[in-house]
Amino acid sequence: MKLAFTSEEEAFRDEVRAFFDASLTDELREAGRLMTSVYSDKEVALAWQKILLDKGWLVPSWPREYGGTGWTLTQRYIFACERARARPPALSPMGLSMLGPALLGRGTQAQKDHYLPRILSGEDFWCQGYSEPQAGSDLAGLQCQAIRDGDHYVLHGTKIWTTHAQFANRMFCLVRTGRFERPQQGVSFLLVDMEDPGVRCDPIRFVSGCATQCTVYFDNVRVPVSEIVGEENEGWSVTKYLLEFERGGGAAAPGLLEAIGHARMLLELLPEADRSGPARRLDDLQVQVHSLELTELRTLSETERTGSPGPASSLLKIQGSELSQAISEVAVELIGLHGMPFQPEAYALGNNVSAVGPEDGVTTVPFYLNNRAASIYAGSNEIQRNIISKAVLGL
Amino acid sequence: MALVLNEDQALIKDTAREFCASKAPVAQLRKLRDDQDPLGYSSDTWQQMAELGWAGIVIPEAHGGTEFGWMALGAVLEEQGRHLTASPLFSTVVLGAGALLLGGSDSQHSDLLPKIAAGELTLALALEESPHHNPFGSALSAKQEGDGWVLKGDKQFVFDGHSADQLLVAARTNGKSGDRDGLSLFLVAADAAGVTRTRSAMVDSRNAANIEFGSVRVQTNALVGAVGRAADVLEPLLDRARICMAAEMLGTMDEAFARTLAYLRERKQFGVVIGSFQGLKHRAADMFTEIELARSTVLDALSALDANRDDVPLLAALAKAKAGEALHTVSLEALQMHGGVGMTDEFDVGLFLKRARVQEQAFGGRAFQRDRYATLARF
Repeated sequence: MKLAFTSEEEAFRDEVRAFFDASLTDELREAGRLMTSVYSDKEVALAWQKILLDKGWLVPSWPREYGGTGWTLTQRYIFACERARARPPALSPMGLSMLGPALLGRGTQAQKDHYLPRILSGEDFWCQGYSEPQAGSDLAGLQCQAIRDGDHYVLHGTKIWTTHAQFANRMFCLVRTGRFERPQQGVSFLLVDMEDPGVRCDPIRFVSGCATQCTVYFDNVRVPVSEIVGEENEGWSVTKYLLEFERGGGAAAPGLLEAIGHARMLLELLPEADRSGPARRLDDLQVQVHSLELTELRTLSETERTGSPGPASSLLKIQGSELSQAISEVAVELIGLHGMPFQPEAYALGNNVSAVGPEDGVTTVPFYLNNRAASIYAGSNEIQRNIISKAVLGL
Repeated sequence: MALVLNEDQALIKDTAREFCASKAPVAQLRKLRDDQDPLGYSSDTWQQMAELGWAGIVIPEAHGGTEFGWMALGAVLEEQGRHLTASPLFSTVVLGAGALLLGGSDSQHSDLLPKIAAGELTLALALEESPHHNPFGSALSAKQEGDGWVLKGDKQFVFDGHSADQLLVAARTNGKSGDRDGLSLFLVAADAAGVTRTRSAMVDSRNAANIEFGSVRVQTNALVGAVGRAADVLEPLLDRARICMAAEMLGTMDEAFARTLAYLRERKQFGVVIGSFQGLKHRAADMFTEIELARSTVLDALSALDANRDDVPLLAALAKAKAGEALHTVSLEALQMHGGVGMTDEFDVGLFLKRARVQEQAFGGRAFQRDRYATLARF
């Protein structure tokens, strides 16, 4: 999208662009290029996080006293566009984009003072413990138990699909502290030390061959009662607040636009006579992405006014994930058999392997496979549609 | 970036919503249709709209307008779209005043704009000659004769062409159909000798006419813009038309959806309201999503017009493409979810479906806009 920027905004864009150009090392660029999902490896993510922290640009949307930039909506948008263009590795979102805002909104002063600086520095690397083997879409059906024992809760149970649990030293999670008529009641939001001897992590190998998520087992894990966010049995409201941030309020569209541009470059792999169909589909997708982009901007300005993106964030999650999948669908069709060799060594960081097929295409299929999860994670798109129909439409 | 209405614009929108609901609702359109009203809108209602400042909404104050701007006009059109309001606003203001503002001479401005703003003069744009929008497709010829021009040819689907006082006619003074160059725009009195207007009752009861120009003589001062350079006026004019039509469509889809939601909450089958079925809930959520996406594109396009941004053409194609897609889905789903009663003339939902199809075609359908968007986006 083109906007009529003021000369100050243009200067800001140049500054951001110059920063990305100067601060992205060859290793970081390679890591960004070889991403096969929305996550980067821990070391890479933290290296990039440190650079952004030093610059003061790590958490633009946080309040200034906690490290925010105080940027205008337009500046944040410019930053998102330039980031999409520069393709840096991904930051780990669990602390920066999920727990951070939740603590800012619902944490005690002591929790903010203790945890927010550690999130920024990377000293704490967080994972998110929500889903359980028997509580996926029906998250409120979670059974992981926290029993009060003096000044501690004692945890027993299992969490699953926990991204980067094997690398995290802390987990924010939902546990059952009570039983009431409504399953959402009796859920509490706890901060758990992953180094406790009662915690065990088993990575789960996905269809892509990657193992980014884990099953996490709690056996007699003791958590001080001061590590609760919000009131006991009232953790559901903290989660809802946090999930709205996870689902929306971001800026997915600039990255999707880059993905369309990338797919367009693959068009030339097709015989000329066969290009018009996929080209039109990319045109259609670009119309959708542009519409999403303007809606993201509208939501951002709502968030600035009201403090939370609200249930409308569900529509951003649906659109962002489905468009991303549709674009990668076209990319897979375009790359053809070049994308099909299973060659994880070719997208391992620092590899010296020459890829089968175009260098640019080594991640097309693994990304496509991992990205099938986009419509499942963070509340499946079916759940998002339930939320809209109930919370927005009153059905 | 103005993706929300400011206070003044919100006030204008509220006024428009109340006005259309009470003075120009769907029931009025039905009555005009059933009575086969020769004008096709209420001139009383139109006068009241002019008094509210709508007729002069994009006309400078110096020429008697209110100059509220395009966001405000979009808000009014959205409310007209919501109530399927019969009025000459679109033709007279978006197209008529729009063309004069873009290409008119000083004397045309001072003669005509105040009359438009006062609701005393209605206009229509006579452009299309084929069933599909074709900006430079005009073959109707204009030949210089003496100190004037003679127009010969036919125009089709001229919105409000049956009743407008003056017609803005795209004519070919050079080249052939499809050429960007060689088009000229003329202002022709609707009662000029040689003009034959045949009202064509559109499926959605929108007012339109087919118009025959049999050697119609006009003076040189009837030219709007330079000879052969009408494309310079038509291109920005049609972008405005696309954006404003998308705004109208936004109101139409919003209302079709609101009525459908109300029906989902009240209609019972199997002992429960049908809105409790997930098969319908998810489709309702999808409609909501589509409408919100369309709303964002319309708001940004309108604000681009107000700010005179250089991405207006791209946003015009985007807004019309997205609104067309959203409205298409919503209008079909609205009828489907109403079930059998949706098929009846007695229920309004069918009127929305029919209005939607005409709106979608006007100034280019979805495929036209998508291709135009893609072309513009590459530069």
